[in-house]
Amino acid sequence: MPKRIVIIGATSAIAQQCARLWAAEGASDFILVGRNADKLEAIAQDLQVRSPEVTTHTETCDFTDPIAITNLASALAEQGPLDILLVAHGTLPDQQACQNDLTIARDAMLINGLSPAYFAEAFVGKMQNQTSGSLVVIGSVAGDRGRQSNYVYGAAKGLVERYAQGLEHRLADTRINLTLVKPGPTQTPMTAHMEGQDKMAPLEQVAGDIVRGVKAKKPRRRARLVN
Amino acid sequence: MSKVHSWGRLGEYNHDVEVLRDRALAPRQIQGGTPGLAFGMGRSYGDSCLNPDGKLWKTPGLDKLIRFDPEKGRLVCEAGVLLRDIQRVFVPQGWMLPVTPGTQMVTVGGAIANDVHGKNHHVFGSFGDQVHSILLARTDGEVLRASVDENPDWLSATIGGLGLTGVVLEAELQLRKVDSPWLDAETLPYESLNEFFELAGASEAAWEHTVSWIDCMNTREARGIFMRANHVCGSLGTGPMPSGKKKTMPFVPPVSLVNKLSLAPFNQLYFYLNKWKAGHSRVHYEPFNYPLDNLLEWNRMYGPRGFYQYQSVVPFAGAREAIRGQLDEIRRSGQGSFLAVLKTFGDRQPRGLLSFPMPGVTLALDFPNRGQRTLELFKRLDSIVREAGGRIYPAKDARMPAELFEAGYPKLHEFLTYRDPGISSAMSRRLMGY
Ligand SMILES: Cc1cc2nc3c(=O)[nH]c(=O)nc-3n(C[C@H](O)[C@H](O)[C@H](O)COP(=O)(O)OP(=O)(O)OC[C@H]3O[C@@H](n4cnc5c(N)ncnc54)[C@H](O)[C@@H]3O)c2cc1C
Ligand SMILES: NC(=O)c1ccc[n+]([C@@H]2O[C@H](COP(=O)([O-])OP(=O)(O)OC[C@H]3O[C@@H](n4cnc5c(N)ncnc54)[C@H](OP(=O)(O)O)[C@@H]3O)[C@@H](O)[C@H]2O)c1
Repeated sequence: MPKRIVIIGATSAIAQQCARLWAAEGASDFILVGRNADKLEAIAQDLQVRSPEVTTHTETCDFTDPIAITNLASALAEQGPLDILLVAHGTLPDQQACQNDLTIARDAMLINGLSPAYFAEAFVGKMQNQTSGSLVVIGSVAGDRGRQSNYVYGAAKGLVERYAQGLEHRLADTRINLTLVKPGPTQTPMTAHMEGQDKMAPLEQVAGDIVRGVKAKKPRRRARLVN
Repeated sequence: MSKVHSWGRLGEYNHDVEVLRDRALAPRQIQGGTPGLAFGMGRSYGDSCLNPDGKLWKTPGLDKLIRFDPEKGRLVCEAGVLLRDIQRVFVPQGWMLPVTPGTQMVTVGGAIANDVHGKNHHVFGSFGDQVHSILLARTDGEVLRASVDENPDWLSATIGGLGLTGVVLEAELQLRKVDSPWLDAETLPYESLNEFFELAGASEAAWEHTVSWIDCMNTREARGIFMRANHVCGSLGTGPMPSGKKKTMPFVPPVSLVNKLSLAPFNQLYFYLNKWKAGHSRVHYEPFNYPLDNLLEWNRMYGPRGFYQYQSVVPFAGAREAIRGQLDEIRRSGQGSFLAVLKTFGDRQPRGLLSFPMPGVTLALDFPNRGQRTLELFKRLDSIVREAGGRIYPAKDARMPAELFEAGYPKLHEFLTYRDPGISSAMSRRLMGY
């Protein structure tokens, strides 16, 4: 049986790299979710060429619409159990711009905080009765504490962490494993404009950690913090 | 502006870096403004991949595979894909790139722009010979397809075209079938140049990969190790897997670790190590083809002043004298390197107007940058190469005089008509006026 893997924010560099590693591991059916159909299609093609055992579907969705997210989770769950759900989307807003314009701050908190929580919530409801499955949410070390340079982003990531903690508690007696991944600065498009690239973690390393973390799910099913 | 250096680390230069990630958007990103240049993995040693104070379009984000035809073995991919990734995806499926250079950490676009060669030139030619078609974006907004049937002149200009004809977005590559990742290799020490030439001649017919390491510190005769290998055919068992361990040169040492004292012992060590191991072995293609790839950033070893590589090719007629002459000059100068590679190219003409490979013998050496002394030595090597009717490899060069470039590349004038006026490099300004 191919693994069914749903990736939310499938065009993210970290998510793409994870998908390539999963594709190399064996038969998988990827459901790639994003907001840009052409970009998703290019990623789907790439995965199929990388492994003849891969099949793909792409879905677009409004990431801030709770109804659309609920419907997507229902539709996908109806087609069968999910082995992995990776929630990867996010954006690093300009902190100063958020301070000057609260609509920018709101949008940033929505896409980095509420939106991942919506997805996790919608899919947990569908996955919790499965006999196995992994739910992976990407947070950030930026969520550990507020800093003047990026506290809007940090606050949203902090929300994701608290939410994941609650879900993990709720999942304690199920067979679903929840992993909150908290990367440090990583070489991806999100950070491409920042100084000190060579001090950041390589993309391949972070994705490798995520994929290994998912595979090595602990029987205690505790949220694993990968830094 | 960010600081960027090439593999030789001769200097760091300010560049206005723009990252290309989406092949649909790239043609617009490169349009207009001040001249720019594509930059792959920066594995070129000199100034061919630099455009100081100008724009640099980084391509490794163009890393998607697009199509694979398993009947014909043809792969279409974006130009920033690493050769390493193509190998790792396709070897398990029974296919491999026919030609790769001594590192697989280079992009498809970079491999095309320098028309890179491997150890099997006499069998497969150079990288450009495997390119079926390309999609080329020009800075005026035009995107053109070039293949053997369609715009073939643009293909010959872009293969070996040093990135100056446009930005390659996609390429269609011919892969070759392989049964396994292993090679059966043979190592033969040799004690003189004559012996090298005999081995090279005798090995061409039966061996796909041939290369030799040469010890250029030895005072008597040139001596070295000749390596030859063939891919293991059929299901003739297995071999050792490479260890995935990577070691990094953790910092730039304040002085070059490569000086006269450390060089000679290193070369001798290498010689005896291999002499001791002379004979047959089964090796995975990665350690055989890319011996330094596990020592990440070994180029830092040469210290803050960086290093040059000098790679020439001379035609077979007169090659013995020209190689001997170069080795003598290097030995006398006491500046040689531990990385000296001597090999022959097969008797075939390359496709690119500015391609480096030609029938003959190529010698490649690293030199720690000792300023004027090193440049003086290169002048003496230049005159040997010029006399022999040879040429210098631009991928490795940071200093050849324009006159030697023109003499070595007779199709230069034809090439110039294909240049994209919105693209310029430190090398193109040095050797072609703009
Ligand atoms: C350890 C080592 C061993 C090597 N061994 C060999 C060898 O055996 N044989 C050999 O031939 N070479 C060898 N090389 C040289 C290397 O293969 C070439 O310099 C190669 O071109 C580097 O590719 P890159 O992706 O790093 O390109 P870069 O060095 O970044 O760029 C090289 C050129 O390609 C152009 N370019 C890059 N991408 C594009 C694009 N998309 N469209 C148009 N132009 C583009 C750039 O403008 C530049 O002119 C070796 C290098 C190293 C470090
Ligand atoms: N890179 C780092 O240093 C770092 C560090 C810690 C945590 N993280 C986290 O890691 C995750 C992946 O990031 P990355 O580094 O891979 O970044 P990336 O490559 O920039 O990817 C960002 C992803 O988020 C999507 N996205 C952004 N805004 C969206 C919106 N409004 N609606 C829908 N999708 C939207 C993007 O979609 P499009 O492609 O359509 O734009 C893209 O898929 C994020 O959660 C990020 O916060 C990153």
